[in-house]
Amino acid sequence: MITPIGSIFSTFSDSVGFIFERRPSDAGTVQVGGLAEMGHLAGNHFAVSFLAIVVSIAISVPIGLWLGHLGRAEMLAVGVANVGRAVPALAIIGFCVAFLGTGFRNIAFALTLLAIPPILTNTYVGMRQVDPELVDAARGQGLSGFQIVRQVEWPLALPTIFGGIRISVVTVLATAIISPIAGLDSLGTPIFSEEIYGTEGVIAAAIAVAFLTLMTDAGFALVQRLVTPKGLKIAARANRRPRRLRPLSIRRVQHP
Amino acid sequence: MTRSSFRILFTLLAVLVLGGFVAACGEEEESSSDSPTPAAQTTAPEKSGDIPADEKTANKIQAVDGASSVSLSVGSKNFTEQYILGEIYVQALEAAGYNVKKDLDLGPERVADAALRKGVVDAYPEYTGTALTSAFGVKVAEVPKDPMQAYEDAKAGYAKVGITALAPTPFENTYRLGITKATAEKLGNPTKISDLADKADTLTINGFPACRQRIDCLLGVQQTYGFKFKKFLPGEQKYQVLDNGDADVTFVFTTDGPLSSGKYVVLEDDKNVFPPYNITFAVRDEAAKKLGPEGQKVVTDVQKYMTAEIMQELNARVDLDKQKREVVAADYLKQFGFTS
Repeated sequence: MITPIGSIFSTFSDSVGFIFERRPSDAGTVQVGGLAEMGHLAGNHFAVSFLAIVVSIAISVPIGLWLGHLGRAEMLAVGVANVGRAVPALAIIGFCVAFLGTGFRNIAFALTLLAIPPILTNTYVGMRQVDPELVDAARGQGLSGFQIVRQVEWPLALPTIFGGIRISVVTVLATAIISPIAGLDSLGTPIFSEEIYGTEGVIAAAIAVAFLTLMTDAGFALVQRLVTPKGLKIAARANRRPRRLRPLSIRRVQHP
Repeated sequence: MTRSSFRILFTLLAVLVLGGFVAACGEEEESSSDSPTPAAQTTAPEKSGDIPADEKTANKIQAVDGASSVSLSVGSKNFTEQYILGEIYVQALEAAGYNVKKDLDLGPERVADAALRKGVVDAYPEYTGTALTSAFGVKVAEVPKDPMQAYEDAKAGYAKVGITALAPTPFENTYRLGITKATAEKLGNPTKISDLADKADTLTINGFPACRQRIDCLLGVQQTYGFKFKKFLPGEQKYQVLDNGDADVTFVFTTDGPLSSGKYVVLEDDKNVFPPYNITFAVRDEAAKKLGPEGQKVVTDVQKYMTAEIMQELNARVDLDKQKREVVAADYLKQFGFTS
């Protein structure tokens, strides 16, 4: 007897199989699935998402650093960003068809707008939460505004900024599935064509999106490690709670 | 470490931003010139289907005896043409004196079909091809190409589940290939799909994402006509991509509103790839009995003038001119004398 959990499991493993093995479609008219097709779709998916993320970082990090350093325009940084979050990507795509046509550019543009708000807000907030005494000390030592941003505020804001970037990564990669409605095949193609790819194809695409998202997220985590100054890493390690607490009795002996 | 990594990152970002802006500006210029909206070009050709005055008088819907004691609900699926059809049926039946509960916008076909079978609604208009493939599991390739045969098959399928399928509409809302007039001139004014045979490998074709692999869409066209298009561009903006040149050919529905603008040429399906999709008013048997022959005749009578051109026009008035569907439906009934 197939239990519900058993059937979920078998659908899941079928779907994983879909990624690796080509098979006839539900109507039996075409071959679908397999690494070559899924790889091609995943490649498109990743390319358009990655471009959007990189461009949105390039736009929103400098603005966020600047506004955060000045401590001005909080309304602009947070308010505009939140409005941006409320506009659905689908609307942007429809609106931009007239200017950008359909295809890669249009999707990349829409996803860029989608990716900006979390990065902009987090950069601004990250800059604002730097201890003002540190900034004062830096200023007292005669550092210029630019030097303060570069040597004091930026490194301290890095974890928050990367937090924003990683939110955008998840949002953009998940949203990129809408691209086939505007001229670009992606992992959304099987999802929008269930009658061809079948349930396994839809779930396979979803698994692939999740996998791609985790990989991209891991990539940015790595970048974060690379750009974080050594001093901050040491400080973070020192602050971390020890993994294993000693047995109570020993502690009691040590700290009577 | 901090300094150098910071500088590298920023140089990289600056380059990317500049590059992005330059690219974006370049794009806008090239496409801004050529697309006046289809809405602006749609004159309202309301007079196109005018009929003689005495025919109008003969069409007038008469009150049916005992109709006031009959109530039924009429539904529709969730897109423009269905809303308009639903409105027309509702208003016509009301004109005959029935108590009609309007329950439009049920959802996509699977939902609407379930609602009808379970008696949530008593009737809704369904396309014969859709009924066969979606509700009765007929393979697309096996749907009869003759509209009347397709209707008979759908009727038989419905009869088994206690539903009566009334006589079909003259129009069918099926797939065709559409091109702009300008493209048509460039290609030597093709009139049917076969005419594209020797140029297809230079043409980009647009369709909804699943179209490429569907036997009633691109896959079927390429198999049956024996040629391949240069590229398939997935997307839902069929008329925009024709207008801005992203695609040369697109899959249209034969009753699409923009087709009434006269800007586009629709190519004939000379090898019958596309299944027929005429409307049949599917009504539960008990409701059909309550309607009686007179009530059923009201429904089939108002369908008489529903040609593809008329449906394009009605769809255009709702989709492009943003008129209310209630008004558009009422105008249709008035134009042909069903109501006054």
